[in-house]
Amino acid sequence: MAEEKTFVDDIDRSRYDFRNEDGESFKVEEGLTPAIVEQISREKNDPEWMREFRLHSLEVYNNTSMPDWGPSIEGLDMDNIVTYVRPHTKMSASWDEVPEEIKDTFERLGIPQAERESLAGVGAQYDSELVYHNVREEVAAKGVIYTDLESALHGERAQMIREHFMKLVPPTDHKFAALHGAVWSGGSFVYVPPGVSVEIPLQSYFRLNSPGAGQFEHTLIIVDEGAYLHFIEGCSAPKYNVANLHAGCVELFVGKNATLRYSTIENWSKNMYNLNTKRALVEEGAKVEWVSGSFGSHVSYLYPMSVLAGRGARSEFTGVTFAGAGQNLDTGCKVVHNAPDTSSYVNTRSISKSGGISTFRSAVVVNEKAKNSKSAVSCQSLMIDDVSRSDTIPAMDIRTDKADIGHEARIGRISDDAVFYLMSRGVSEEEARALIVSGFAENVSKELPLEYAVEMNNLIRIEMKGAIG
Amino acid sequence: MELLNVRDLRVSVEDKEILHGLKFTANRGETHVIMGPNGAGKSTFGNILMGNPAYQATSGSILFNGEELLDMPVNERAAKGLFMSFQNPIEVPGVSLENFIRTALEQRDHKRVRLWEFRKEIKRTLENLMMDESYASRDLNVGFSGGEKKKAEILQLLMLKPSLAILDETDSGLDVDAVRTVSRGIEEFQKDKDSALIIITHNAAILSQLHVDRVHVLVDGQIAAEGDASLIDEINENGFARFEEGVNGNG
Repeated sequence: MAEEKTFVDDIDRSRYDFRNEDGESFKVEEGLTPAIVEQISREKNDPEWMREFRLHSLEVYNNTSMPDWGPSIEGLDMDNIVTYVRPHTKMSASWDEVPEEIKDTFERLGIPQAERESLAGVGAQYDSELVYHNVREEVAAKGVIYTDLESALHGERAQMIREHFMKLVPPTDHKFAALHGAVWSGGSFVYVPPGVSVEIPLQSYFRLNSPGAGQFEHTLIIVDEGAYLHFIEGCSAPKYNVANLHAGCVELFVGKNATLRYSTIENWSKNMYNLNTKRALVEEGAKVEWVSGSFGSHVSYLYPMSVLAGRGARSEFTGVTFAGAGQNLDTGCKVVHNAPDTSSYVNTRSISKSGGISTFRSAVVVNEKAKNSKSAVSCQSLMIDDVSRSDTIPAMDIRTDKADIGHEARIGRISDDAVFYLMSRGVSEEEARALIVSGFAENVSKELPLEYAVEMNNLIRIEMKGAIG
Repeated sequence: MELLNVRDLRVSVEDKEILHGLKFTANRGETHVIMGPNGAGKSTFGNILMGNPAYQATSGSILFNGEELLDMPVNERAAKGLFMSFQNPIEVPGVSLENFIRTALEQRDHKRVRLWEFRKEIKRTLENLMMDESYASRDLNVGFSGGEKKKAEILQLLMLKPSLAILDETDSGLDVDAVRTVSRGIEEFQKDKDSALIIITHNAAILSQLHVDRVHVLVDGQIAAEGDASLIDEINENGFARFEEGVNGNG
């Protein structure tokens, strides 16, 4: 009995893997040339500096080699990726104006309910354009700007965007950052003025809905001095045969004494290459809190980075990664301590099953001027069966002797004793295992708003279904 | 009325036979005590009744309400009315005691638990066991002291209301006050005359405060002696030496 149940069936993703008929109004030719980048720029009505920025990024892209570390991305054929797909609709101010087909897709993902219940505003991205956008009046009344990035490039904060766009993640950072700079499309811009506390989380959904379509949304968030914001990014994509690429970029600027919480639940379909780059600049006395759940994709490279730039700046990272059959998820985080009295706290869980590979990769850099800084990194792994893999690759670069650094890693399995114990109270074996796994991932679910925590637990339950032979 | 009937039960752990042909019966409303020295097979008996997959029955049968338990999955045994209080309750991070009991009730009985009544009952039961209300929302057994874990087991017993409860060394590691509290919880369970209780122990402290119908002395995988509650006093005075000689002499 114990032998048989170690094999875990692949999960039924039918609940998430659906798509609508291909109905894009516009597609660029496959493959990437300056002419295509020019075309994108023209279509988007870019300001001149952005057009130049895109072309420059394309040059960097062509001169940069593919990453030679981490999981293989050989299956990714760049010539095959349609970089830009636009839905029928322009921006909509109200739900009524959103086309039925698109509504239907969102409804099956449960998005409208979530929106109605607790959201301050929604910028839901369908393919590469924002189709629905609604900022609650009370948030706008506080001077908070929450809009799509394209509009913002022509709005009152155009200069601010020019000063911040891809300054934290320059196109020279890596090949996919360069690609992003050349073809980015869609995404959110948020500005929170000094002292303003945004009580309700703002959120954004991104998903792909076109064969071979890449997604390159850019999120730029600036939280000014003493302000507070919680931003939630939720992803779920339908499945296709052609390799799909996600090379988004998130740049967070957290001003003096401000706090920004950035939560993500990613559930890309299992053919997705998720090569996302996220970075935060944290000023004096400010704090960034990352909450990150990675469930989907074929391959992920995801290491949100915090640059602690001012005295007393803090970073907290809480993450969970779940790698099932055919998945190789390389996730973790990076912290750079550049100022005195800074602190970072990393707490991650990774789960692997059915041959999935889950790697936790972290880098903590404490520079010489970061005296009296603290860093604590803790990662725990849970392997559901004998064919899965879990690795931990922590790196530390400490350049001052006045720092307090801790690291802890643990790898475990679901013990037969624990399953027996739970079953002895009447729960089925499947439920017992799901309870243990959900409990293991509780570090993240307890940090999420209730509806997201429920969705994450459902996701774990779906992943664990058929987990016994 | 007969609840449990164990016949010719032979049980192995990792190919080593621990129980050598055990016989045992219990009726509804009765409290049985199984005593014996360390290594006699007391816990093995509890675990095979509950269905721990680490223990294999090589012969015999376990009839519960006339139904064969061997080969029945653990959770189905629970659904039939079995319960075991663990000697070493397992810590389950991220699952609160309260949510776990509610999930167990719903899964076992296949019906929704009425939240309001459930809350009231768990609160009252916690009070009876001198446990702070906050235990309900704490992760199952995580960071609990030895005594707290045992109390949490009794809490589950009283909330789940099984028809046969096996208490495996529930008294071990408890201080005097905790033994008194746990005894009170067990007494509460004994009030239900449709249920039976099997108390597995190697010391008699907890028994002095409880009504006991039948005592079974287990030595070297066999029942060496049976009797009424007076047998407890005899063991308290003389230990197990007399029974061990008997078994050794026979074997």
